[in-house]
Amino acid sequence: MVSLVIISHSAKIAEGVKEMADQMTGGAVPIVSCGGFEGGLGTDEERIRAGIQAVYSPDGVLILLDLGSAVLTAESVLETLSDSEREKIAIADAPLLEGALFSSVEASIGSPLSKVKEVAEQAAFFRKLETGNS
Amino acid sequence: MVVGSTELLHLLEKIADRIEENKEYLTELDLAIGDADHGLNMDRGFQAVKARFGGWSTQTPSQILKGVGSTLVSTVGGASGPLYGTAFLSMGQAIDGKERIASEDLLPLAEAAIAGIIKRGKASAGDKTMLDTILPVRDALSSLLYGGEADAGAAIAKAAREGMESTKPLLALKGRASFLKERSIGHIDPGAASACLIIEAAVDFLREHA
Repeated sequence: MVSLVIISHSAKIAEGVKEMADQMTGGAVPIVSCGGFEGGLGTDEERIRAGIQAVYSPDGVLILLDLGSAVLTAESVLETLSDSEREKIAIADAPLLEGALFSSVEASIGSPLSKVKEVAEQAAFFRKLETGNS
Repeated sequence: MVVGSTELLHLLEKIADRIEENKEYLTELDLAIGDADHGLNMDRGFQAVKARFGGWSTQTPSQILKGVGSTLVSTVGGASGPLYGTAFLSMGQAIDGKERIASEDLLPLAEAAIAGIIKRGKASAGDKTMLDTILPVRDALSSLLYGGEADAGAAIAKAAREGMESTKPLLALKGRASFLKERSIGHIDPGAASACLIIEAAVDFLREHA
């Protein structure tokens, strides 16, 4: 089963996203939250590295993140991994919360990493108002 | 100019001190168009670099620069960590195996730093980033090779400062500042400012000691 890594500048956001995704999947999908830096806002390379290792699975790992340094730090960590590990890990270009919810459900039904990533990225187009008049 | 490991550690100490002295200035710049953490983050990163000097004293300049890179990636906590971190890692790779850094290594070092920053940050000239300070420095180094500049250090420092100043009228296209759109105009980019401080500190050290 594909697992998820949630990265945010805020520990509360990362933990909250995990909490909602865990509820959607009944805890079936391994999800780790990697938020904040030294008690404040920021991105923590060591926490991200440890998070990826904690949920690493040969089925794949999907990283969902907020922005800026979260992206740059995740990419820096991936560069230091072996080629065989790195090819099992993908970063979703997706909204963090919606992407995590949709992709966690997709992961829970046993879909491959490419499909889980695609579903996360489609969350960018998810409409919340039926009329579209926002 | 010849810089061995001992001189390189002194140079890095000067950079760390310069960042520490300008912590509030960098944070003020970042308060205007970012998230107000650049001074704090850069200072935390370079103080962590200083704290690791003891373990680096027997290493080559290449190993030291790579050590600086990985320290910055793990201790800065903001986008400047991976950006400067990758720049230093790339500079370390550019002088792999050398015991000393000589004048002719400066241009390849600048090229390596730029390639690392572009790989990580995907920015271009004029995006209102640290590159707008560093690209003119690379150009200044490159024209120095063709000759006759009386004071190379002054030319490099001038290029850095003018590069930094050039970000003021620009519209930010990268990072948090880009969220502000037109309101990012009229402010110096914090990353361009920290890059200028680093280069000026390095130039000052090299003029005195190398």
